[in-house]
Amino acid sequence: MTAQVTPIRTETERALAERLRAAPALDSGARIAERREAAILAFERNGLPSRRVEAWKYTDLRALMKQAAEPAGVPGEAEHAAARRLPPALDIDGCVTIDIVNGTPQGTGRAIDGVTIRTLAEVAAQKDAVLEHLGAAFEERSDVASGLNLAFLRDGLVIEVAAGRKVETPLHLAFAAIGAQAFATFPRVLVVLGKGAALTLFESHRGSAGIAYQSNAVVEFVLAADAEVDHVRLDCGGDAALSLSTLAAKLGDRTRFESFNLICGPQVARHQIFTGGPGAYINLVLQGATLLRRQQHGDVTLHAIHAAPHGTSRELFKTIVDDEATGVFQGKIVVDAIAQKTDGRMHSAALMLADNAAMNNKPELEIFADDVQCAHGATVGELDQDLLFYAMSRGIARAQAEALLIESFVGEAAEFIANENAREAVMEHVRHWLWERAS
Amino acid sequence: MLEIKNLHVKIADEDKTILHGLNLTVHDGEVAAIMGPNGSGKSTLSYVVAGKADYEVLDGEVLLNGVNVLEMEADERAAAGLFLAFQYPLEIPGVATMTFLKAAVNAQRKKRDEAELTTPQFIKRVNAAADGLSINRDMLKRAMNVGFSGGEKKRMEILQMALLEPSMCILDETDSGLDIDALRIVADGVNALRAKDRSFLVITHYQRLLEHIVPDTVHVMSGGRIVKTGGKELALELEANGYRDYVEAA
Repeated sequence: MTAQVTPIRTETERALAERLRAAPALDSGARIAERREAAILAFERNGLPSRRVEAWKYTDLRALMKQAAEPAGVPGEAEHAAARRLPPALDIDGCVTIDIVNGTPQGTGRAIDGVTIRTLAEVAAQKDAVLEHLGAAFEERSDVASGLNLAFLRDGLVIEVAAGRKVETPLHLAFAAIGAQAFATFPRVLVVLGKGAALTLFESHRGSAGIAYQSNAVVEFVLAADAEVDHVRLDCGGDAALSLSTLAAKLGDRTRFESFNLICGPQVARHQIFTGGPGAYINLVLQGATLLRRQQHGDVTLHAIHAAPHGTSRELFKTIVDDEATGVFQGKIVVDAIAQKTDGRMHSAALMLADNAAMNNKPELEIFADDVQCAHGATVGELDQDLLFYAMSRGIARAQAEALLIESFVGEAAEFIANENAREAVMEHVRHWLWERAS
Repeated sequence: MLEIKNLHVKIADEDKTILHGLNLTVHDGEVAAIMGPNGSGKSTLSYVVAGKADYEVLDGEVLLNGVNVLEMEADERAAAGLFLAFQYPLEIPGVATMTFLKAAVNAQRKKRDEAELTTPQFIKRVNAAADGLSINRDMLKRAMNVGFSGGEKKRMEILQMALLEPSMCILDETDSGLDIDALRIVADGVNALRAKDRSFLVITHYQRLLEHIVPDTVHVMSGGRIVKTGGKELALELEANGYRDYVEAA
C-alpha cells in the first residue's frame, strides 16, 4: 500500500501559489517559459523550504516568510521621489549609476564605450539572442528563491560588455524597494562579458524603513574566456525587510571573478552564491561580512563548483552577531573528477558579541578529483580580552576599543576589495553600524 | 608618584594568591627597578596596576598621585597618567599602527579635556618620536605590531610611551628578546623620557638592562612581596649571588 502524502500548506504558501498562477509571464522565448513553468510546478510541489530541506536548514523560509506580499507594480513619481530621499548606500564619484526601483530600471545610464545596457523587457520584445544566457549560470528548479524570481519576472537589466573591452568606469546598480505597505519585488540583472572583457560592478540595496517588503533579486554573470569581474554588493535594506539574493556566475577559461558582499540592514537576509562553469584556470574570490543585531537573521550560502582543472578559489566570510541575532554560513566547494590541480580555501569566522547570539557555520568540501589542495575552516569566538586590555591600557575606552577590534575583524575580509572607494564605503557602513551599536 | 599599600591579589577564577601584602613607593622622577625570580609576581603586579581584568584584589590600595586607581577601568588609569610597556606586545590585525596611535592619543586628550590633535599635528609628532627610536616610517603604515620583530614591537611600546606622555611608566621585562643594539635603542628612548615629574618602574630579571637604564632604587620581589630594597648596587649583588637568599627569605 502506498500512502498518499498531502503536504500541509501554510496560508502564505497557498496565497503565493495563487499569485504565481496569476502573475503575467515576461515573453522571453520558449526556453524561459519552460523553465518558468518548471519553477512554478516545483513550488506547487514543494512549497517554501523549511528546516527539513538541507539547503535551508538554518533559514526556515516557511516560518520566516510571513505573507505572500503583492508584487510591486511599475513605480510612479511618488516611488521615485521616495527612492531619492533614501540615504545613498554607495556614493562614489566616477561611477555610472542606474537606479532600479522595485525591480524596474530607470533608464540605462550614461553610455560607456563597449558596454550595451538594455532593459530585460526590451531584450525580450526583440527576442534577442542574449536571452540564451538568462538563467544559464545556475539551475533554479532546485532553488526556490531564484525560481520565484523567474516566475514573477517582469523586467530587469541586461548588460553586455564587448570582447576585449576593459571597462574602467565602475557601474553602480542602485536598487531601491519602495512602498507604504508590504510588497514584493523581483529584480533581475544579467551581465554577459565577451572574451577578455573586464567590468567592475557595484550593487547597493536600500528600501523603505519599517515596511515588511520582500526583495528577491537575481544577479547573474556569464564570463567568456579571459574575462574579469570585480563585484561589490551592499545590502542595506530596510529594517523590516526580507531580502533574498542570488548571485550566479558561469566562468569560462582563465576568468577572474571576485565578489564581496555586505549585509547590514534587513530583518532577514539570505545571500546565495552559485558559481560554476566550463572554464579551466579560473580564479574565484568570494568574500563578505554580515553584521547582525536585535533579532536579525543573516545567511550566506555558497556553492562553488570547480568543473575543470587548475582552478583557484578563495572564500572568506566574517559574521558579527550581537543581541539575539542569528548568523548562518553554509559554504560548499565541489571539485569534479576532472578538476585536477584545484586549489580551494574557504574560511568562515564569526564574532559573537552577546550571550544570546547564535551562529550556524557549515563549511563543506565535496571532492571527486585526487590531485587537489582544498581546505576549509570555521571559527566562532568572542572579542579577544587580551587585545581589548591592550587597547584600553593605551587610554582607549572600552566601547571604542571594541569598535576598533570589530572593525579590524571585518577589515580582514574587506581589504581585498580592489576598488579603494568601494572598500572605504564598505568600512564606512561598518563604522556606522558600530556607532549605532554604541549609541 | 605611585604608592602600593598592602596589596593582596589572587587570580580571578582560581584560588591562587599571587601578591601577599606588597608595599612599594615610587617617587616623582624616580627610576625604580624590580628584580626577582620567575613566579615571584612581577608581571602580575604590572597587570594589576594597569587594570587587567583577570585578577581580584583582596586587599590594599594602589595610589597614583594620591588617587586610588583600583576602581578605575584600564583606560581611565591610562588617562590618569599610567603606562604599561608590555612584555609581549599584542598584534592587532587590520588596524593600521597610525590609526591605533591616533585613537590612543586623542582618547587620552579627550578624557583630559584637551583638544584632539589634527592629523598633520599628529603625524608630525609621531614622525619625530619614531625617528628618535629608529622606527621605519613604513612600519607605521602596517597593521599594529603585525609581522614586527621582537625588537620592533618593544620600540613601538616606547614610541607609544613617548606619545602618551604618562607620569608613571611600568616597563615589564622590556629587555626580553632584545639584542644588544635594540636594547641600547630602547634604553636611550627611555632615558630621553626621564623627567622630574615622570617615574619609572622597570621590571627585569637581569642586571644588564639596568646598565643602560640606571635606577635610583632596586627592589627585590619574591613570593608576592618586596623583600629587600637598596640602591643600584643591589642589582650587581643579585647578579653575582642570584636570588637564592631572597627566595628562602620569602
